[in-house]
Amino acid sequence: MKSDFDVKEQSGTKWIYSQKVEDHFFSPRNVMTRNIKKTGYNGYGAVGSPACGDVMRVWLKIKNNKIIDFKWKTFGCASAIAATSILSEMATGKSIDLAYKITAQDIVKKLGGLPKRKIHCSILGDQALRLAIENYRNQKPKKVL
Amino acid sequence: MQNKQVYLDYASTTPTDPKVVQAMLPYFSDVFANPSALYRPALKAKAAIDKSRQIIADFLGAKPSEIIFTSGGTESDNLAILGIARFIKKGHIVTSQIEHPAVLNSCKQLKKEGFEVTYLKPDHDGFISPQDVKKALKKNTILVSIMYANNEIGTIQPVKEISNIIRDFKLSKFKSQNSNKSQFPKSKNLGFSALDLMLEKSYPLFHSDSCQAAEYLDMNVSRLGVDLLTFNGSKIYGPKGIGVLYIKEGTKIELIIYGGGQENQMRSGTENVPLIVGIAEAVKLIKKSKTEKAHRDYLIRELLKIKDVSLNGSIKNRLDNNVNVSIKGVEGESAVLYLDREGIFVSTGSACSSKSLEPSHVIQAIGAGREAAHSSLRITLGRKTTKTEIDYFLKKVKIIVENLREISA
Repeated sequence: MKSDFDVKEQSGTKWIYSQKVEDHFFSPRNVMTRNIKKTGYNGYGAVGSPACGDVMRVWLKIKNNKIIDFKWKTFGCASAIAATSILSEMATGKSIDLAYKITAQDIVKKLGGLPKRKIHCSILGDQALRLAIENYRNQKPKKVL
Repeated sequence: MQNKQVYLDYASTTPTDPKVVQAMLPYFSDVFANPSALYRPALKAKAAIDKSRQIIADFLGAKPSEIIFTSGGTESDNLAILGIARFIKKGHIVTSQIEHPAVLNSCKQLKKEGFEVTYLKPDHDGFISPQDVKKALKKNTILVSIMYANNEIGTIQPVKEISNIIRDFKLSKFKSQNSNKSQFPKSKNLGFSALDLMLEKSYPLFHSDSCQAAEYLDMNVSRLGVDLLTFNGSKIYGPKGIGVLYIKEGTKIELIIYGGGQENQMRSGTENVPLIVGIAEAVKLIKKSKTEKAHRDYLIRELLKIKDVSLNGSIKNRLDNNVNVSIKGVEGESAVLYLDREGIFVSTGSACSSKSLEPSHVIQAIGAGREAAHSSLRITLGRKTTKTEIDYFLKKVKIIVENLREISA
């Protein structure tokens, strides 16, 4: 009730979500699919809960302090899925120090904006990424699911 | 990109029947006069309203004077609840946790104004227990508002049983009030009608939001035993922006709209003649024999074959057109948007699709849990839904569920 934004624009013809969101939502990149072997990932982070409506899991392969592979899974709405997908592209190839500094605002910007009310709940990806990096730094991978 | 369009969100709103549109058309630019005026064109508009009111009255088994036209279900609910409460100025209201926001938020407002509100919890099947209503009734209860059929999970509430309980409660209240006082004449001439009159004048009154029910269920107000009843045009293939409030003769309400005193002094504003004609025409077109139930049962059967899919709300005593399932691991908004891309239109109780960012209060109230609410899909069928459309939906939804589960954490 706080925001006028909804999924659709007033005209009803155009998505309120940007094309970039639409693209990543319908064609998500770097998903941890069933067929991928989860061995060799040395950083893992997860945030959210199904009850809250968003869950994000991030698996990282880090070599020489650089993210060489970023896989993820997300239970959530269009913006949550698109945000994690684009984050996987943003972080891959970056040093973990740089990747650690990626903020929610960076993701929103890269997505070409998000409806105001969607920003808070959907940008958990950066948190999941930081947890995965911390997990790697602590050198004690908890659980690799 | 897509050629097929399958609308499966009839509980949200129905298309206006072309016959309804035809009936309305003359009342925009041809018969346009203000019905309150004295000249002949106005009389024609007035006659159209009178005829429409009679049709609605017959549909409800009521008198035309008991029918108030409003701007929709929301206004009717508001007028019923705020109107009754504010007239009495204080007291207790009984409603349920699964009401439409028009009822819930009216009650919330009354709470701010000093009224006491009890929200009854449904059972796991989605029903309000008449015994719970009985337990909730108090000396100062002025109003009970329980919906006829739920808009999300389609469960049909035991309205008749609830009205019987309210009647019994009034009777016992009336008896105890008069047993030790002599204020009431102990004449043997006191007929049954006089007793009835006393009962009717006493509280609580019973209102039922019947927007979802109008297309499918018995709407006779005396059989239901309601004092106030709401329904609207947009759920019965009539126009949007028009609602009806049945108010039993003699019931006193405080107004919420002030003006020229139209609608028997209860709802001011120049009558919206085309919409009034439209809702009456829509009521005339309601048929009892329907194909939806068979389609619904088929759809539920097929959906439950998918792994980790559960039905929200009872299969028994459910509206013929309502299917509501939770699909584990599939967030509702994502599913709706993937389906939209395939030309299929349904709705969800997921928080992400609601303006409040809270998942469905109904699915939470029946104890299915927040996760189930987030991953719920409501598929509601209509008069023109075909098996081919349902099969198309099933084919697409299976693929989408698989795809989203592949992504899902």
